[in-house]
Amino acid sequence: MLKGKLSGKRKAYITAMRTAMLVSTVLTAALVLFLVIYVLIKGIPNISWELISTKPSYLSDKIGILPDIMNTVYIVLATLVIVLPLGAGAAVYLTEYAKNKKLVGMIEYAAETLSGIPSIIYGLVGMLFFCQFLNMETSLLAGALTLVIMNLPTVMRTTQESLKTVPQSYRDGAFGLGAGKWRVIRTVVLPGCVDGIITGCILSVGRILGESAALLFTAGFAHALNGIIDGLTSPGATLTVALYVYAKEQGEFGVAFAIAAILMILTLLINLSATLVGRYFAKRRNV
Amino acid sequence: MKKNRLFENIIHGIFLILGLITIGCVLLITVYLVISGIPAIREIGIIDFLFGKKWASTAEEPAFGILPFILTSVYGTAGAIVIGVPIGFMTAVYLSKAAHPKVRTVIEAAVNLLAGIPSVVYGLVGMLVLVPGIRKLFNIPDGASLFAAIIVLAIMILPSIIKVSITALDAVPKEYEDASLALGATPTETFFRVSVPTAKSGIAAAVVLGVGRAIGEAMAVMMVSGNVPNMPSLFQSVRFLTTAVASEMAYSSGLQQQALFSIALVLFLFIMLINAALNFFLKGNKEG
Repeated sequence: MLKGKLSGKRKAYITAMRTAMLVSTVLTAALVLFLVIYVLIKGIPNISWELISTKPSYLSDKIGILPDIMNTVYIVLATLVIVLPLGAGAAVYLTEYAKNKKLVGMIEYAAETLSGIPSIIYGLVGMLFFCQFLNMETSLLAGALTLVIMNLPTVMRTTQESLKTVPQSYRDGAFGLGAGKWRVIRTVVLPGCVDGIITGCILSVGRILGESAALLFTAGFAHALNGIIDGLTSPGATLTVALYVYAKEQGEFGVAFAIAAILMILTLLINLSATLVGRYFAKRRNV
Repeated sequence: MKKNRLFENIIHGIFLILGLITIGCVLLITVYLVISGIPAIREIGIIDFLFGKKWASTAEEPAFGILPFILTSVYGTAGAIVIGVPIGFMTAVYLSKAAHPKVRTVIEAAVNLLAGIPSVVYGLVGMLVLVPGIRKLFNIPDGASLFAAIIVLAIMILPSIIKVSITALDAVPKEYEDASLALGATPTETFFRVSVPTAKSGIAAAVVLGVGRAIGEAMAVMMVSGNVPNMPSLFQSVRFLTTAVASEMAYSSGLQQQALFSIALVLFLFIMLINAALNFFLKGNKEG
Protein backbone atom coordinates (compact mmCIF):
# COMPACT_ATOMS: atom_id res chain seq x y z
CA MET A 1 0.00 0.00 0.00
CA LEU A 2 2.98 2.22 0.64
CA LYS A 3 4.73 1.04 -2.46
CA GLY A 4 4.07 4.19 -4.44
CA LYS A 5 5.92 6.34 -1.93
CA LEU A 6 9.06 4.21 -1.66
CA SER A 7 12.25 5.68 -3.06
CA GLY A 8 13.95 3.93 -5.97
CA LYS A 9 16.81 2.78 -3.77
CA ARG A 10 14.51 1.13 -1.27
CA LYS A 11 12.53 -0.52 -4.04
CA ALA A 12 15.70 -1.92 -5.59
CA TYR A 13 16.84 -3.24 -2.20
CA ILE A 14 13.52 -4.93 -1.55
CA THR A 15 13.38 -6.48 -5.00
CA ALA A 16 16.97 -7.73 -4.74
CA MET A 17 16.41 -9.32 -1.34
CA ARG A 18 13.08 -10.88 -2.29
CA THR A 19 14.62 -12.34 -5.45
CA ALA A 20 17.61 -13.70 -3.52
CA MET A 21 15.29 -15.36 -0.97
CA LEU A 22 13.07 -16.90 -3.61
CA VAL A 23 15.93 -18.09 -5.81
CA SER A 24 17.72 -19.69 -2.85
CA THR A 25 14.60 -21.45 -1.63
CA VAL A 26 13.69 -22.71 -5.08
CA LEU A 27 17.29 -23.87 -5.58
CA THR A 28 17.27 -25.80 -2.29
CA ALA A 29 13.94 -27.43 -3.08
CA ALA A 30 14.98 -28.26 -6.64
CA LEU A 31 18.19 -29.82 -5.38
CA VAL A 32 16.35 -32.17 -3.05
CA LEU A 33 13.85 -33.05 -5.75
CA PHE A 34 16.63 -33.74 -8.25
CA LEU A 35 18.61 -35.92 -5.84
CA VAL A 36 15.60 -38.01 -4.85
CA ILE A 37 14.27 -38.48 -8.37
CA TYR A 38 17.71 -39.10 -9.93
CA VAL A 39 18.67 -41.74 -7.38
CA LEU A 40 15.30 -43.48 -7.57
CA ILE A 41 15.22 -43.49 -11.39
CA LYS A 42 18.77 -44.80 -11.65
CA GLY A 43 18.40 -47.23 -8.78
CA ILE A 44 14.97 -48.82 -8.83
CA PRO A 45 15.39 -50.59 -12.21
CA ASN A 46 18.51 -52.24 -10.78
CA ILE A 47 16.73 -53.62 -7.73
CA SER A 48 15.72 -57.20 -8.34
CA TRP A 49 14.62 -60.01 -6.08
CA GLU A 50 17.79 -61.82 -6.99
CA LEU A 51 19.94 -58.90 -5.91
CA ILE A 52 18.37 -58.54 -2.48
CA SER A 53 17.99 -62.23 -1.72
CA THR A 54 21.40 -63.68 -2.59
CA LYS A 55 25.00 -63.26 -1.61
CA PRO A 56 27.74 -62.34 -4.06
CA SER A 57 29.21 -65.28 -5.92
CA TYR A 58 32.52 -65.28 -7.71
CA LEU A 59 31.64 -68.53 -9.43
CA SER A 60 28.64 -67.18 -11.27
CA ASP A 61 30.02 -63.60 -11.19
CA LYS A 62 26.84 -62.22 -9.66
CA ILE A 63 26.36 -59.63 -6.99
CA GLY A 64 23.83 -60.02 -4.20
CA ILE A 65 23.40 -57.67 -1.30
CA LEU A 66 21.58 -59.90 1.20
CA PRO A 67 24.66 -60.11 3.48
CA ASP A 68 24.94 -56.32 3.49
CA ILE A 69 21.25 -55.96 4.37
CA MET A 70 21.60 -58.46 7.22
CA ASN A 71 24.79 -56.78 8.46
CA THR A 72 22.95 -53.46 8.52
CA VAL A 73 20.10 -55.01 10.52
CA TYR A 74 22.54 -56.59 13.01
CA ILE A 75 24.52 -53.42 13.51
CA VAL A 76 21.37 -51.31 13.96
CA LEU A 77 20.00 -53.75 16.55
CA ALA A 78 23.29 -54.12 18.42
CA THR A 79 23.85 -50.36 18.54
CA LEU A 80 20.32 -49.59 19.73
CA VAL A 81 20.35 -52.28 22.42
CA ILE A 82 23.42 -50.65 23.94
CA VAL A 83 22.91 -46.96 23.23
CA LEU A 84 19.27 -46.59 24.32
CA PRO A 85 19.76 -47.59 27.98
CA LEU A 86 23.06 -45.72 28.21
CA GLY A 87 21.72 -42.51 26.67
CA ALA A 88 18.42 -42.60 28.55
CA GLY A 89 20.23 -43.36 31.82
CA ALA A 90 22.58 -40.44 31.32
CA ALA A 91 19.60 -38.17 30.64
CA VAL A 92 17.84 -39.40 33.81
CA TYR A 93 20.98 -38.69 35.79
CA LEU A 94 21.20 -35.16 34.42
CA THR A 95 17.57 -34.21 35.01
CA GLU A 96 16.79 -36.17 38.19
CA TYR A 97 19.96 -36.75 40.18
CA ALA A 98 22.68 -34.27 39.31
CA LYS A 99 22.89 -31.38 41.77
CA ASN A 100 26.35 -30.18 40.88
CA LYS A 101 25.95 -27.57 38.15
CA LYS A 102 29.59 -27.83 37.14
CA LEU A 103 29.31 -31.57 36.54
CA VAL A 104 26.11 -31.11 34.51
CA GLY A 105 27.86 -28.48 32.44
CA MET A 106 30.81 -30.79 31.86
CA ILE A 107 28.61 -33.71 30.80
CA GLU A 108 26.64 -31.51 28.44
CA TYR A 109 29.82 -30.04 26.99
CA ALA A 110 31.17 -33.56 26.49
CA ALA A 111 27.98 -34.54 24.66
CA GLU A 112 28.25 -31.48 22.41
CA THR A 113 31.87 -32.31 21.70
CA LEU A 114 30.95 -35.87 20.80
CA SER A 115 28.32 -34.72 18.34
CA GLY A 116 30.87 -32.47 16.61
CA ILE A 117 33.58 -35.09 16.11
CA PRO A 118 33.79 -36.29 12.49
CA SER A 119 32.95 -39.93 11.86
CA ILE A 120 36.37 -40.69 10.41
CA ILE A 121 37.89 -39.94 13.83
CA TYR A 122 35.38 -42.25 15.47
CA GLY A 123 36.43 -44.89 12.99
CA LEU A 124 40.09 -44.45 13.83
CA VAL A 125 39.64 -44.49 17.60
CA GLY A 126 37.17 -47.37 17.30
CA MET A 127 39.79 -49.32 15.40
CA LEU A 128 42.50 -48.56 17.97
CA PHE A 129 40.36 -49.16 21.05
CA PHE A 130 37.78 -51.82 20.19
CA CYS A 131 39.53 -53.75 17.44
CA GLN A 132 43.11 -53.62 18.68
CA PHE A 133 43.14 -52.81 22.41
CA LEU A 134 40.07 -54.87 23.32
CA ASN A 135 41.04 -57.51 20.77
CA MET A 136 37.70 -57.62 18.98
CA GLU A 137 39.38 -57.64 15.56
CA THR A 138 37.48 -56.06 12.69
CA SER A 139 33.90 -57.04 13.50
CA LEU A 140 30.35 -55.78 13.40
CA LEU A 141 30.37 -55.59 17.20
CA ALA A 142 33.38 -53.24 17.15
CA GLY A 143 31.51 -51.17 14.56
CA ALA A 144 28.35 -51.15 16.66
CA LEU A 145 30.25 -50.05 19.78
CA THR A 146 31.83 -47.21 17.80
CA LEU A 147 28.35 -46.16 16.66
CA VAL A 148 27.15 -46.31 20.28
CA ILE A 149 29.58 -43.52 21.17
CA MET A 150 28.49 -41.53 18.11
CA ASN A 151 24.79 -41.80 18.88
CA LEU A 152 25.00 -41.35 22.65
CA PRO A 153 24.53 -37.55 22.49
CA THR A 154 21.45 -37.89 20.25
CA VAL A 155 19.63 -40.30 22.55
CA MET A 156 20.68 -38.29 25.58
CA ARG A 157 19.33 -35.05 24.12
CA THR A 158 15.98 -36.39 22.96
CA THR A 159 15.41 -38.14 26.30
CA GLN A 160 16.32 -34.99 28.21
CA GLU A 161 13.85 -32.96 26.15
CA SER A 162 11.03 -35.35 26.92
CA LEU A 163 11.92 -35.53 30.63
CA LYS A 164 11.61 -31.76 30.82
CA THR A 165 7.93 -32.11 29.92
CA VAL A 166 7.19 -34.33 32.94
CA PRO A 167 5.59 -31.85 35.39
CA GLN A 168 7.48 -31.35 38.64
CA SER A 169 4.18 -31.71 40.50
CA TYR A 170 3.96 -35.39 39.47
CA ARG A 171 7.30 -36.04 41.13
CA ASP A 172 6.35 -34.03 44.21
CA GLY A 173 3.09 -35.91 44.41
CA ALA A 174 4.83 -39.26 44.33
CA PHE A 175 7.38 -38.16 46.93
CA GLY A 176 4.56 -36.85 49.08
CA LEU A 177 2.92 -40.27 49.04
CA GLY A 178 6.13 -41.67 50.50
CA ALA A 179 7.78 -43.13 47.42
CA GLY A 180 11.56 -43.37 47.36
CA LYS A 181 13.66 -41.76 44.67
CA TRP A 182 14.01 -44.91 42.56
CA ARG A 183 10.30 -45.63 42.81
CA VAL A 184 9.50 -42.12 41.59
CA ILE A 185 11.88 -42.53 38.68
CA ARG A 186 10.53 -45.94 37.76
CA THR A 187 6.85 -45.06 37.97
CA VAL A 188 6.73 -41.35 37.09
CA VAL A 189 9.89 -40.31 35.27
CA LEU A 190 10.67 -43.28 33.03
CA PRO A 191 7.19 -43.48 31.47
CA GLY A 192 7.62 -39.81 30.61
CA CYS A 193 10.79 -40.38 28.65
CA VAL A 194 9.35 -43.03 26.32
CA ASP A 195 8.69 -40.53 23.54
CA GLY A 196 12.21 -39.13 23.84
CA ILE A 197 13.67 -42.62 23.61
CA ILE A 198 11.54 -43.43 20.56
CA THR A 199 12.56 -40.19 18.83
CA GLY A 200 16.21 -40.84 19.71
CA CYS A 201 15.81 -44.36 18.40
CA ILE A 202 14.52 -43.15 15.02
CA LEU A 203 17.23 -40.51 14.67
CA SER A 204 19.91 -43.04 15.61
CA VAL A 205 18.66 -45.57 13.06
CA GLY A 206 18.91 -42.86 10.40
CA ARG A 207 22.44 -42.05 11.42
CA ILE A 208 23.54 -45.68 11.59
CA LEU A 209 22.10 -46.38 8.13
CA GLY A 210 23.98 -43.43 6.69
CA GLU A 211 27.28 -44.03 8.42
CA SER A 212 30.24 -45.25 6.44
CA ALA A 213 33.52 -43.61 7.47
CA ALA A 214 33.30 -44.87 11.06
CA LEU A 215 32.56 -48.42 9.93
CA LEU A 216 35.20 -48.83 7.25
CA PHE A 217 38.01 -49.67 9.68
CA THR A 218 35.95 -51.07 12.55
CA ALA A 219 33.44 -53.36 10.81
CA GLY A 220 35.31 -53.88 7.55
CA PHE A 221 33.86 -54.76 4.18
CA ALA A 222 33.23 -58.49 3.97
CA HIS A 223 30.11 -59.84 2.27
CA ALA A 224 29.68 -63.11 4.18
CA LEU A 225 26.19 -64.23 5.15
CA ASN A 226 25.98 -65.05 8.86
CA GLY A 227 23.48 -65.44 11.67
CA ILE A 228 23.37 -62.63 14.21
CA ILE A 229 25.82 -64.20 16.70
CA ASP A 230 28.45 -65.14 14.12
CA GLY A 231 27.68 -61.95 12.25
CA LEU A 232 28.52 -59.70 15.18
CA THR A 233 31.89 -61.32 15.75
CA SER A 234 32.97 -61.34 12.12
CA PRO A 235 33.67 -58.46 9.74
CA GLY A 236 30.92 -57.27 7.45
CA ALA A 237 29.89 -54.36 5.25
CA THR A 238 26.68 -52.45 5.90
CA LEU A 239 24.68 -51.12 2.95
CA THR A 240 26.48 -47.75 2.90
CA VAL A 241 29.93 -49.33 3.07
CA ALA A 242 28.91 -51.79 0.34
CA LEU A 243 27.72 -48.86 -1.80
CA TYR A 244 31.12 -47.21 -1.40
CA VAL A 245 33.05 -50.37 -2.23
CA TYR A 246 30.90 -51.21 -5.27
CA ALA A 247 31.05 -47.66 -6.64
CA LYS A 248 34.61 -46.59 -5.84
CA GLU A 249 36.62 -49.81 -5.83
CA GLN A 250 34.75 -52.03 -8.28
CA GLY A 251 32.96 -49.63 -10.63
CA GLU A 252 29.66 -51.53 -10.22
CA PHE A 253 27.44 -48.48 -10.56
CA GLY A 254 24.23 -50.44 -11.17
CA VAL A 255 24.50 -52.17 -7.79
CA ALA A 256 25.64 -48.93 -6.16
CA PHE A 257 22.56 -47.11 -7.41
CA ALA A 258 20.30 -49.96 -6.35
CA ILE A 259 21.70 -49.64 -2.81
CA ALA A 260 21.45 -45.84 -3.02
CA ALA A 261 17.76 -46.12 -3.96
CA ILE A 262 17.13 -48.50 -1.05
CA LEU A 263 18.91 -46.08 1.32
CA MET A 264 16.94 -43.17 -0.12
CA ILE A 265 13.62 -44.95 0.46
CA LEU A 266 14.67 -45.86 4.01
CA THR A 267 15.70 -42.24 4.67
CA LEU A 268 12.31 -41.06 3.42
CA LEU A 269 10.55 -43.55 5.70
CA ILE A 270 12.66 -42.59 8.71
CA ASN A 271 12.01 -38.88 8.18
CA LEU A 272 8.32 -39.53 7.76
CA SER A 273 8.10 -41.61 10.93
CA ALA A 274 10.11 -39.03 12.90
CA THR A 275 7.64 -36.33 11.81
CA LEU A 276 4.57 -38.46 12.54
CA VAL A 277 5.87 -39.59 15.94
CA GLY A 278 6.78 -36.01 16.82
CA ARG A 279 3.29 -34.83 15.89
CA TYR A 280 1.64 -37.67 17.80
CA PHE A 281 3.56 -36.92 20.99
CA ALA A 282 2.99 -33.18 20.69
CA LYS A 283 -0.74 -33.78 20.37
CA ARG A 284 -0.81 -36.16 23.32
CA ARG A 285 1.02 -33.65 25.45
CA ASN A 286 -1.42 -30.87 24.68
CA VAL A 287 -4.50 -32.93 25.55
CA MET B 1 15.26 -48.39 56.43
CA LYS B 2 19.03 -48.73 56.22
CA LYS B 3 18.71 -51.33 53.47
CA ASN B 4 16.50 -48.94 51.58
CA ARG B 5 19.06 -46.15 51.77
CA LEU B 6 21.76 -48.51 50.50
CA PHE B 7 19.53 -49.53 47.58
CA GLU B 8 18.87 -45.90 46.67
CA ASN B 9 22.58 -45.15 46.81
CA ILE B 10 23.38 -48.03 44.49
CA ILE B 11 20.81 -46.80 41.98
CA HIS B 12 22.20 -43.28 42.28
CA GLY B 13 25.67 -44.68 41.63
CA ILE B 14 24.53 -46.54 38.52
CA PHE B 15 22.95 -43.41 37.05
CA LEU B 16 26.04 -41.39 37.95
CA ILE B 17 28.20 -43.83 36.00
CA LEU B 18 25.84 -43.60 33.01
CA GLY B 19 26.04 -39.83 33.20
CA LEU B 20 29.82 -39.90 33.27
CA ILE B 21 30.09 -42.14 30.19
CA THR B 22 30.03 -39.19 27.77
CA ILE B 23 32.94 -37.55 29.57
CA GLY B 24 34.72 -40.90 29.52
CA CYS B 25 34.21 -41.20 25.76
CA VAL B 26 35.58 -37.72 25.09
CA LEU B 27 38.61 -38.49 27.27
CA LEU B 28 39.10 -41.84 25.56
CA ILE B 29 39.07 -40.26 22.11
CA THR B 30 41.37 -37.40 23.13
CA VAL B 31 43.86 -39.65 24.91
CA TYR B 32 43.98 -42.17 22.08
CA LEU B 33 44.48 -39.51 19.43
CA VAL B 34 47.19 -37.73 21.39
CA ILE B 35 49.07 -40.91 22.34
CA SER B 36 48.95 -42.39 18.85
CA GLY B 37 49.42 -39.07 17.06
CA ILE B 38 52.51 -37.75 18.86
CA PRO B 39 55.17 -40.38 17.90
CA ALA B 40 55.09 -39.69 14.16
CA ILE B 41 55.14 -35.93 14.67
CA ARG B 42 58.20 -36.39 16.91
CA GLU B 43 59.96 -38.56 14.39
CA ILE B 44 59.19 -36.38 11.38
CA GLY B 45 59.55 -33.08 13.19
CA ILE B 46 56.59 -30.81 13.72
CA ILE B 47 57.70 -28.19 11.18
CA ASP B 48 58.39 -30.76 8.45
CA PHE B 49 55.11 -32.47 9.23
CA LEU B 50 52.81 -29.45 9.29
CA PHE B 51 54.53 -27.36 6.62
CA GLY B 52 56.09 -30.00 4.38
CA LYS B 53 54.65 -29.70 0.90
CA LYS B 54 55.27 -33.26 -0.19
CA TRP B 55 53.40 -36.37 0.89
CA ALA B 56 54.93 -39.57 -0.44
CA SER B 57 54.24 -42.14 2.24
CA THR B 58 55.09 -45.22 0.22
CA ALA B 59 58.10 -43.85 -1.66
CA GLU B 60 61.55 -45.27 -1.05
CA GLU B 61 62.51 -42.08 0.72
CA PRO B 62 59.14 -41.29 2.25
CA ALA B 63 58.08 -37.69 2.80
CA PHE B 64 55.34 -36.85 5.28
CA GLY B 65 54.36 -33.22 4.72
CA ILE B 66 50.67 -32.55 5.30
CA LEU B 67 50.48 -28.92 4.22
CA PRO B 68 48.63 -29.95 1.00
CA PHE B 69 45.95 -31.70 3.11
CA ILE B 70 45.60 -28.83 5.56
CA LEU B 71 45.29 -26.25 2.80
CA THR B 72 42.88 -28.43 0.81
CA SER B 73 40.67 -28.85 3.87
CA VAL B 74 40.77 -25.11 4.58
CA TYR B 75 40.11 -24.08 0.97
CA GLY B 76 37.47 -26.75 0.48
CA THR B 77 35.64 -25.67 3.64
CA ALA B 78 35.95 -21.98 2.76
CA GLY B 79 34.59 -22.66 -0.73
CA ALA B 80 31.67 -24.65 0.65
CA ILE B 81 30.89 -21.83 3.07
CA VAL B 82 31.08 -19.17 0.34
CA ILE B 83 28.57 -21.08 -1.79
CA GLY B 84 26.45 -22.76 0.87
CA VAL B 85 25.99 -19.99 3.45
CA PRO B 86 24.31 -17.35 1.24
CA ILE B 87 21.89 -19.91 -0.20
CA GLY B 88 21.17 -21.46 3.19
CA PHE B 89 20.84 -18.09 4.90
CA MET B 90 18.44 -16.68 2.30
CA THR B 91 16.36 -19.86 2.38
CA ALA B 92 16.21 -19.68 6.18
CA VAL B 93 15.04 -16.06 6.17
CA TYR B 94 12.37 -16.87 3.61
CA LEU B 95 11.12 -19.95 5.45
CA SER B 96 11.16 -18.34 8.88
CA LYS B 97 9.65 -14.98 7.93
CA ALA B 98 8.06 -14.76 4.53
CA ALA B 99 6.85 -18.22 3.50
CA HIS B 100 3.29 -19.47 3.74
CA PRO B 101 3.12 -22.04 6.60
CA LYS B 102 2.31 -24.84 4.15
CA VAL B 103 5.26 -23.96 1.92
CA ARG B 104 7.45 -23.86 5.01
CA THR B 105 6.34 -27.31 6.16
CA VAL B 106 7.04 -28.85 2.77
CA ILE B 107 10.44 -27.25 2.28
CA GLU B 108 11.48 -27.95 5.85
CA ALA B 109 10.68 -31.60 5.27
CA ALA B 110 12.81 -31.47 2.11
CA VAL B 111 15.69 -29.92 4.06
CA ASN B 112 15.40 -32.64 6.71
CA LEU B 113 15.59 -35.21 3.96
CA LEU B 114 18.73 -33.54 2.63
CA ALA B 115 20.23 -33.90 6.11
CA GLY B 116 19.33 -37.58 6.24
CA ILE B 117 20.75 -38.70 2.90
CA PRO B 118 23.89 -40.80 3.55
CA SER B 119 27.13 -39.15 2.49
CA VAL B 120 28.04 -42.04 0.16
CA VAL B 121 24.88 -41.28 -1.84
CA TYR B 122 26.09 -37.69 -2.29
CA GLY B 123 29.43 -39.14 -3.33
CA LEU B 124 27.83 -41.49 -5.84
CA VAL B 125 25.70 -38.80 -7.48
CA GLY B 126 28.71 -36.48 -7.42
CA MET B 127 30.85 -39.10 -9.14
CA LEU B 128 28.38 -39.69 -11.93
CA VAL B 129 26.78 -36.26 -12.44
CA LEU B 130 29.05 -33.57 -11.08
CA VAL B 131 32.47 -34.93 -12.04
CA PRO B 132 31.65 -35.56 -15.73
CA GLY B 133 29.72 -32.27 -15.81
CA ILE B 134 32.74 -30.31 -14.58
CA ARG B 135 34.98 -32.13 -17.04
CA LYS B 136 32.80 -31.14 -19.98
CA LEU B 137 31.97 -27.63 -18.78
CA PHE B 138 35.53 -26.52 -18.07
CA ASN B 139 37.13 -28.78 -20.65
CA ILE B 140 39.65 -30.39 -18.30
CA PRO B 141 40.96 -33.97 -18.46
CA ASP B 142 39.45 -35.07 -15.13
CA GLY B 143 36.52 -33.52 -13.32
CA ALA B 144 37.41 -35.11 -9.97
CA SER B 145 38.73 -31.97 -8.32
CA LEU B 146 38.63 -29.55 -5.43
CA PHE B 147 35.81 -27.74 -7.22
CA ALA B 148 33.63 -30.88 -7.30
CA ALA B 149 34.31 -31.42 -3.60
CA ILE B 150 33.37 -27.82 -2.81
CA ILE B 151 30.00 -28.19 -4.55
CA VAL B 152 29.22 -31.46 -2.76
CA LEU B 153 30.23 -29.98 0.61
CA ALA B 154 28.17 -26.83 -0.03
CA ILE B 155 25.10 -29.03 -0.58
CA MET B 156 25.85 -31.18 2.44
CA ILE B 157 26.15 -28.24 4.85
CA LEU B 158 22.92 -26.60 3.62
CA PRO B 159 20.62 -28.44 6.07
CA SER B 160 22.69 -27.52 9.16
CA ILE B 161 22.85 -23.88 8.09
CA ILE B 162 19.15 -23.64 7.25
CA LYS B 163 17.92 -25.42 10.36
CA VAL B 164 20.07 -23.55 12.90
CA SER B 165 19.39 -20.19 11.22
CA ILE B 166 15.64 -20.83 11.24
CA THR B 167 15.75 -21.61 14.95
CA ALA B 168 17.59 -18.34 15.59
CA LEU B 169 15.26 -16.30 13.36
CA ASP B 170 12.13 -17.83 14.89
CA ALA B 171 13.32 -16.71 18.32
CA VAL B 172 13.37 -13.01 17.37
CA PRO B 173 10.70 -11.28 19.49
CA LYS B 174 7.64 -10.32 17.46
CA GLU B 175 7.59 -6.87 19.08
CA TYR B 176 10.86 -5.88 17.37
CA GLU B 177 9.40 -6.67 13.98
CA ASP B 178 6.07 -5.00 14.77
CA ALA B 179 7.88 -1.84 15.85
CA SER B 180 9.86 -1.76 12.63
CA LEU B 181 6.72 -2.28 10.56
CA ALA B 182 4.89 0.43 12.49
CA LEU B 183 7.71 2.84 11.74
CA GLY B 184 7.06 2.36 8.04
CA ALA B 185 9.61 -0.27 7.05
CA THR B 186 8.35 -2.85 4.56
CA PRO B 187 8.32 -6.51 5.62
CA THR B 188 11.42 -7.35 3.58
CA GLU B 189 13.36 -4.46 5.10
CA THR B 190 12.22 -5.56 8.54
CA PHE B 191 13.47 -9.12 7.99
CA PHE B 192 16.94 -8.07 6.94
CA ARG B 193 17.47 -4.94 9.03
CA VAL B 194 15.77 -5.99 12.27
CA SER B 195 15.26 -9.76 12.45
CA VAL B 196 18.61 -10.82 10.98
CA PRO B 197 20.78 -8.52 13.13
CA THR B 198 18.87 -9.68 16.22
CA ALA B 199 19.49 -13.32 15.32
CA LYS B 200 23.10 -12.78 14.28
CA SER B 201 24.82 -14.90 16.91
CA GLY B 202 22.52 -17.84 16.09
CA ILE B 203 23.30 -17.40 12.41
CA ALA B 204 27.02 -17.24 13.21
CA ALA B 205 26.59 -20.51 15.09
CA ALA B 206 24.97 -21.97 11.96
CA VAL B 207 27.99 -20.98 9.89
CA VAL B 208 30.42 -22.44 12.41
CA LEU B 209 28.42 -25.66 12.49
CA GLY B 210 28.65 -25.75 8.71
CA VAL B 211 32.42 -25.34 8.93
CA GLY B 212 32.60 -28.29 11.31
CA ARG B 213 30.46 -30.47 9.03
CA ALA B 214 32.48 -29.56 5.94
CA ILE B 215 35.90 -30.09 7.45
CA GLY B 216 34.91 -33.46 8.93
CA GLU B 217 33.26 -34.99 5.88
CA ALA B 218 35.22 -37.90 4.44
CA MET B 219 33.38 -40.35 2.22
CA ALA B 220 31.54 -38.03 -0.17
CA VAL B 221 34.68 -35.95 -0.65
CA MET B 222 36.77 -39.05 -1.20
CA MET B 223 34.51 -40.09 -4.07
CA VAL B 224 34.65 -36.80 -5.98
CA SER B 225 38.02 -35.19 -5.25
CA GLY B 226 40.35 -37.60 -7.06
CA ASN B 227 42.45 -38.20 -3.96
CA VAL B 228 45.93 -37.20 -5.20
CA PRO B 229 48.10 -35.35 -2.63
CA ASN B 230 48.57 -32.18 -4.71
CA MET B 231 48.81 -28.68 -3.35
CA PRO B 232 45.23 -27.39 -3.69
CA SER B 233 44.14 -25.92 -6.97
CA LEU B 234 40.52 -25.55 -8.01
CA PHE B 235 40.55 -27.91 -10.99
CA GLN B 236 43.11 -30.41 -9.79
CA SER B 237 42.72 -33.67 -7.98
CA VAL B 238 43.27 -33.08 -4.26
CA ARG B 239 43.29 -34.88 -0.93
CA PHE B 240 41.70 -33.60 2.29
CA LEU B 241 42.76 -34.27 5.90
CA THR B 242 39.85 -36.69 6.27
CA THR B 243 40.46 -38.52 3.00
CA ALA B 244 44.19 -38.75 3.70
CA VAL B 245 43.35 -40.83 6.76
CA ALA B 246 40.64 -42.86 5.06
CA SER B 247 42.49 -43.68 1.87
CA GLU B 248 45.69 -45.14 3.31
CA MET B 249 44.49 -46.60 6.61
CA ALA B 250 43.56 -49.99 5.22
CA TYR B 251 47.05 -50.92 4.02
CA SER B 252 49.35 -48.74 6.14
CA SER B 253 51.86 -49.81 8.76
CA GLY B 254 54.79 -48.45 10.77
CA LEU B 255 55.62 -44.77 10.45
CA GLN B 256 53.09 -44.34 7.65
CA GLN B 257 50.26 -45.49 9.90
CA GLN B 258 51.51 -43.36 12.78
CA ALA B 259 51.58 -40.36 10.45
CA LEU B 260 47.92 -41.03 9.61
CA PHE B 261 47.12 -40.91 13.34
CA SER B 262 48.94 -37.59 13.49
CA ILE B 263 46.77 -36.29 10.64
CA ALA B 264 43.71 -37.34 12.62
CA LEU B 265 45.10 -35.47 15.62
CA VAL B 266 45.49 -32.31 13.53
CA LEU B 267 41.91 -32.72 12.29
CA PHE B 268 40.74 -33.23 15.87
CA LEU B 269 42.44 -29.99 16.96
CA PHE B 270 40.65 -28.14 14.16
CA ILE B 271 37.33 -29.59 15.32
CA MET B 272 37.99 -28.65 18.95
CA LEU B 273 38.68 -25.06 17.90
CA ILE B 274 35.45 -25.03 15.90
CA ASN B 275 33.53 -26.47 18.87
CA ALA B 276 34.88 -23.74 21.12
CA ALA B 277 33.77 -21.12 18.58
CA LEU B 278 30.35 -22.75 18.34
CA ASN B 279 29.92 -22.70 22.09
CA PHE B 280 30.92 -19.05 22.18
CA PHE B 281 28.24 -18.08 19.66
CA LEU B 282 25.52 -20.25 21.18
CA LYS B 283 26.17 -18.81 24.62
CA GLY B 284 26.03 -15.30 23.20
CA ASN B 285 22.69 -16.23 21.71
CA LYS B 286 21.22 -17.37 25.02
CA GLU B 287 22.29 -14.23 26.83
CA GLY B 288 21.39 -11.85 24.02
